[in-house]
Amino acid sequence: MPSHDVLVIGAGLAGQRAALAAAEEGVSVGIISKVHPVRSHSNAAQGGINAALNPGDSWESHAFDTIKGSDYLGDQDAVEIMTREAPEEILHLEHLGVTFHRNEEGKLGTRAFGGASAARTYYVADITGQAIMHVLYEQLMKYSEQIARYEEWFCSSLALDESGECCGVVTRNVADGTMELFQAKSVILCTGGNGQVWQPTTNALICTGDGIAMAYRAGAKLMDMEMIQYHPTTLAGKGFLITEGARGEGAHLLNAKGERFMEKYAPNKMELASRDVVSRAEQTEINEGRGFPDGTVALDITVVPKKRVHEALREIVLVGRDFAGVDITREPIHIKPGNHYTMGGVKTDVDGRTDIPGLYSAGETACVSVHGGNRLGANSLLDTLIFGKRSGRDAAARAKRIDASRPSKKVLEDEEQLIADIVSREKGSGRRISEIKRELGQTMDSKVAVFRDEAGITEALETVRRLKEEAKTAYIDDHGSVFNQDLIAAIELGYMLDNAECTCVAALERKESRGAQYRTDYPERNDEEWLKHIDLEQTDDGPQLSYSEVTITQWEPQERTY
Amino acid sequence: MADYTIKVRRFQPESGEGPYWEEFNVDLDPSLSVLDGLLQAKDRDDGSLAVRCSCRAAICGSCGMKINGQSGLGCKTQIGEAQELADKQASAAGEGGNGTPIVIEPMGNMPVIKDLITDMESTHWTKIRRVTPWLLPHGEPPEREYVVEPESMIDITQSMACIQCGACVSSCLSMEADPGFIGPAALAKAYRFVGDPRDAETKERLHDLAHDPHGIYDCTHCFSCIDACPKGVAPMDQIMRLRRKAGEEGIDDPNSGHDHEIAFVKIIEKKGTLDESLLLQESFAPGFKGKLKPSKRAIREMLGSIPTAIRGIKTGKMRSLHKLIPGVHPKLPDQDDVKAIYAHAEEHSEEFNLYIKGEEGELAEENVEKGIERSTDPDTAQEVKNG
Repeated sequence: MPSHDVLVIGAGLAGQRAALAAAEEGVSVGIISKVHPVRSHSNAAQGGINAALNPGDSWESHAFDTIKGSDYLGDQDAVEIMTREAPEEILHLEHLGVTFHRNEEGKLGTRAFGGASAARTYYVADITGQAIMHVLYEQLMKYSEQIARYEEWFCSSLALDESGECCGVVTRNVADGTMELFQAKSVILCTGGNGQVWQPTTNALICTGDGIAMAYRAGAKLMDMEMIQYHPTTLAGKGFLITEGARGEGAHLLNAKGERFMEKYAPNKMELASRDVVSRAEQTEINEGRGFPDGTVALDITVVPKKRVHEALREIVLVGRDFAGVDITREPIHIKPGNHYTMGGVKTDVDGRTDIPGLYSAGETACVSVHGGNRLGANSLLDTLIFGKRSGRDAAARAKRIDASRPSKKVLEDEEQLIADIVSREKGSGRRISEIKRELGQTMDSKVAVFRDEAGITEALETVRRLKEEAKTAYIDDHGSVFNQDLIAAIELGYMLDNAECTCVAALERKESRGAQYRTDYPERNDEEWLKHIDLEQTDDGPQLSYSEVTITQWEPQERTY
Repeated sequence: MADYTIKVRRFQPESGEGPYWEEFNVDLDPSLSVLDGLLQAKDRDDGSLAVRCSCRAAICGSCGMKINGQSGLGCKTQIGEAQELADKQASAAGEGGNGTPIVIEPMGNMPVIKDLITDMESTHWTKIRRVTPWLLPHGEPPEREYVVEPESMIDITQSMACIQCGACVSSCLSMEADPGFIGPAALAKAYRFVGDPRDAETKERLHDLAHDPHGIYDCTHCFSCIDACPKGVAPMDQIMRLRRKAGEEGIDDPNSGHDHEIAFVKIIEKKGTLDESLLLQESFAPGFKGKLKPSKRAIREMLGSIPTAIRGIKTGKMRSLHKLIPGVHPKLPDQDDVKAIYAHAEEHSEEFNLYIKGEEGELAEENVEKGIERSTDPDTAQEVKNG
């Protein structure tokens, strides 16, 4: 049985940072990822990473912007930690070799970003996530003796010992199909978000909510699952992301009449208001007939100097050219709000600890919560790194403190049985996995998106529950062991359906409008009743609801205008 | 919507049989990608069709493959364009017309595991690890950030743009001949450190890569990797920069490429045209001192080239006097134009990379034409907007 003190599941930014932090504490570390680490979706974070590092800026200002952005649902103690530790983390990354943009003096330079009261976003052109992740992977290669990498291994369930503590995971080596039970004193889930539950989405095909579902099934609480971010600038149809950096560099949003409509919705911050605000404004323009016939509005980047576009928005030039056939330096590009980010997730404390001893979570999988109802642009990379680091350290400390307990073989046998069941289903015995996935995605995108109401969410929940039944008989074509992607897709579909059910239940429960949750039947924020988190726990009858307090330290909720 | 036939080279390792071709009919918008076509076939017809993919947007680097024989990303190649190329290739081969199947194969220069999935670990990643792919700074880091030239960061960002998809490795002709060649992706990665002012081992890295027989001089300058790269990293350009830096380091280049380049520049500067008969001497025994006291290597190279010269004379390639006798070649009459070109090059000696010049160099050209200075400070520009 492979065994490590700390086992990290997922090798995006949160996972890699957690693994490096744990290894620094001198414990043995393993990092498991269902794809090669550099394929992880942190790659797609384009715009940058926030930190109050400039003279004149302060962590308090960064914290306030984050809390206001969260529509006061963010826990202020966690936000304080994240914003206070941000500058040191940026410098740490710079020292490791990240090629951050420099100003004329050769020092770190910044760009403006949405919802922020100062230009505090550090960046590498518009490949910031990729640049940071590749540098962290360089460090993983450097410390290969301390950190064992299991690349292209898929995790399917968590193992708990008799006292209910997490002590390992069941995995499948994708390359040859062997199943393996890993033993660990601490397990850190860093498997990213669940964007694939929606179609279209900016998220990669691998973002199927694995860690959220595994933790939920093991008995951990989920939190803020109704809070799903729709990004204001995604391509219609394919859902590809156009970085907020474009608006940070000065690009305008225009409706079909050529009006800069943000004047009506956020007269001060205009295009750089919070994402939920901008997405709602766009959707309103589209719904009220001022959009283009393809259900979009326009992003005009031609107002940004060409030289600056090539230097700082090159990826977007390529996306426009290759995926929309538009030269963004010459003409506006059509965009719309699209599914982008999971604010909710596995409920953790500020050291990544979940309700299950020994089980940690960080990054998009986790909900600390620093993003509350709405995440600010360029805070996601920061979240992954700060809480990746903190959970890595705490997981290592726990590993030093406790003796390992041996996971029971039964979890492995159960999992093997489950897989045998899926593989043995006859062709035509049910629906295809891809059909169910498509129906799920379309349902969620039409009913649980920018604007929601009781009837729509209820309908979505009913559909999700029907699809859960149908998934039990869905069949696959591939019966082999080597790279059986068909089988993995079947397991991922199960994860996605659990995620979807939780989101629907929480969205139905929250009878107010806050952040990304906008209920047309309850259009006002209601602090008196709903300034609280919705927690979800698995039972045989579906998710069970409870509430937890929002931590407020020094910023009392106030009206939110931009 | 349009109908396409994709012809996939398949290999199912557990079947006990060798690779085979299978055709799938798909219907999708021509602006969608070859990967979209493959995923449609996988979703509708055969879930066992194996292909690595994730982001669908040319960021994650999973779906490297050969499409109509060309290495690239499945997600970045529009299926309509792939069809046009397939038709063009077929008609060039005299094999008829429209609707030729789009041929999709796994990447080259790597073992195939299943269908379009290759073993990148044993080739690509092993080579990446060969170049010590992490920053090696001196001593403790500063309290704040390292202060470096802003251009130096933009310069290596071109290498940082690499997504490790392996398309360049797949297309590399040198690696086909010498599987030991460190290769375009790993050498581009090496430039990312060599060009990084924070790295303290530049010299050691250059010596290492120059003295490895499978190192920087193993590249044959065929441009395949530049064509294949979906991110504009231009790996060959990075290899050439490594060579140039090695030359500046005084590293003895076994191909004499660096000396050769200098000889070219010097001769043309002097004469406005290339006096080929001077090339050999200028490359190996340059200047007055070289003629008086040639090095052993120069004598060896000069003697070694005699048979080639004789062959040239025999076959009639070297007939005219100025090709035979060094220094006889006349100067070009209008030397002022040549001088102007050299002066311009001197003034603009800074290398323009992708992040500075834009795609296809259009911005650089505009800048040169209009004489625009690169000076605007993005930070101050933003502060104005921000306030």
